[in-house]
Amino acid sequence: MLPDLRDDFPLLARSVRNGKSLAYLDSGATAQRPHAVLNAMDEFDRLHNGAVARGAHLLAEEATEAFEGARGSVARLVNAASPEEIVWTSNATAALNLVANGIGNASAGQGGAASSLFRVGPGDSIVVTQAEHHANLIPWQQLAARTGATLRWIEVDDLGRHRLEQLGSVIDETTKVVAFTHASNVTGVVSDVAAFVARAREVGALTVLDACQSVPHIPVDVQALGVDFAAFSGHKMLGPTGIGALWGRKSLLDVLPPSVFGGGAIMTVTLEETTWHPAPTRFEAGTQPVTQAVGMGAAAEYLMALGMEDVAEHERRIARIIREGVSEIPGVRLLGPVGDAHDVLGIATVAVDGVHTHDVGQVLDDLGVAVRVGHHCAQPLHKRFGVTGSTRASAHVYTTEEDAERFLAGLASVREFFGVPA
Amino acid sequence: MSSLEQMYQQVIMDHAKSRHGAGLVQLDLPAVGESHQVNTTCGDEVTLRVGLDGDTVSSVRWEGQGCSISQASISALTELVEGHSIEESEEVYEAFRALMGNRGEDLGDDRDDMLGDAGAFVGVGKYPARIKCALLGWMALRDAIAHAQAAGVEGETHG
Repeated sequence: MLPDLRDDFPLLARSVRNGKSLAYLDSGATAQRPHAVLNAMDEFDRLHNGAVARGAHLLAEEATEAFEGARGSVARLVNAASPEEIVWTSNATAALNLVANGIGNASAGQGGAASSLFRVGPGDSIVVTQAEHHANLIPWQQLAARTGATLRWIEVDDLGRHRLEQLGSVIDETTKVVAFTHASNVTGVVSDVAAFVARAREVGALTVLDACQSVPHIPVDVQALGVDFAAFSGHKMLGPTGIGALWGRKSLLDVLPPSVFGGGAIMTVTLEETTWHPAPTRFEAGTQPVTQAVGMGAAAEYLMALGMEDVAEHERRIARIIREGVSEIPGVRLLGPVGDAHDVLGIATVAVDGVHTHDVGQVLDDLGVAVRVGHHCAQPLHKRFGVTGSTRASAHVYTTEEDAERFLAGLASVREFFGVPA
Repeated sequence: MSSLEQMYQQVIMDHAKSRHGAGLVQLDLPAVGESHQVNTTCGDEVTLRVGLDGDTVSSVRWEGQGCSISQASISALTELVEGHSIEESEEVYEAFRALMGNRGEDLGDDRDDMLGDAGAFVGVGKYPARIKCALLGWMALRDAIAHAQAAGVEGETHG
């Protein structure tokens, strides 16, 4: 069980509207940062900043050590086979685009025979799901448009769970890529990764996992999951913005053509052509966000010290309070499985009958409760649920039962405030 | 009055419920223009149709979905501009925009009178994220007027 961690997070001590204390329930959008992360970045900037992998001086050495050390920490968090399987990106969206663009470049002939396993074209299909965040949908739409491949999707049922019976028909011999979320940022439902991977392997398709909502909240073992790539961001796992990571199997990363070109990523350059480093360096052209990488590494260490099993258990407890609580409020509809479900993260997203999500969020904000409103970059899933927007409460390691109770009390007052008949 | 109550004044709540001009109907006027606007942050949208008679905004009809601020704002603007000249509606728009940028304070001059019910949106100015909601209808109105003017000119040329 986790101790009360609020004191680790300086921002949580500030007051918000009307001098109220902050009940921060928007961690699914971005999480707050503990002293451990803030201090690691501060110390790096004050004492160790230097050009990574370039200089011959002490600072350059220390900076390189910090940068690569952070990579090692993130690799351990997700149980990568080696730190070289972690590629730094500016965020998770960039990580997903790195894979999609790399496949696009391979399809245009880059990388030659070694990269031919990535080729997609007319007659091939790319499969996503109805539950995807736009970041794991649009890059694949674009790849399909660019290569002539067809985009297909797996639907979800009324509770937001994937209709696994469709795997066998939607994913077929034409499928080259299956891109799907590990956990929905709207419903919190955790996908049956094994089922996706098993079907993808049957047809020889690559699997790309959007792990943004899972890595910060539950134990994630990329090797055990069996996927080929996984993307996640720093700022949702208690780290800073401006940094994310792509995990990929080394054998695949080494032959995936890069799509951002520049210094540092190359083996040799002549005026005619360039050969690239193996992964991860081939994808890290130009000066990297080193301070942010150090911060993400510190966040990984912080989470591992807490223990991801305990983190998951803590958030399940908060989720239980919120999900059961909202089920009892008249006129409030929970998107996703109702009550205590085994396969749902610490997220509760609701639609309030007769009140627009912006108005719901405004009333909660006035009470010091910070939630996310809108479509959460998942318009297709909202359409599936028959709503245009919703209000989301999401937990993290620092979320308390009191935060959850304040959300529920505020939510219960919304319809009365707007004069909606009971 | 708390900031929240200042934002959701009764006038706004009333406009959000009984929406003036709601319902998109055919307008039998010399120049008709339409605009569809979307607030990309929340997906709120409005389709607004304007009918001009010379320089007069004769009719405003719309349908939309959105928060109480956006819906009430469209309703209030419909009341304000219908029957007035294009120039007057532009003046009201400028006043409303100034109010949105005034951080929750009245403008303190005769523009407050000009704004009528729309003056009740003063509290929205304290919440930068919501100003877009209040302006959605105004964007649609100005765009629809521009389309109506263009249609009117075309009508004259061909007529």
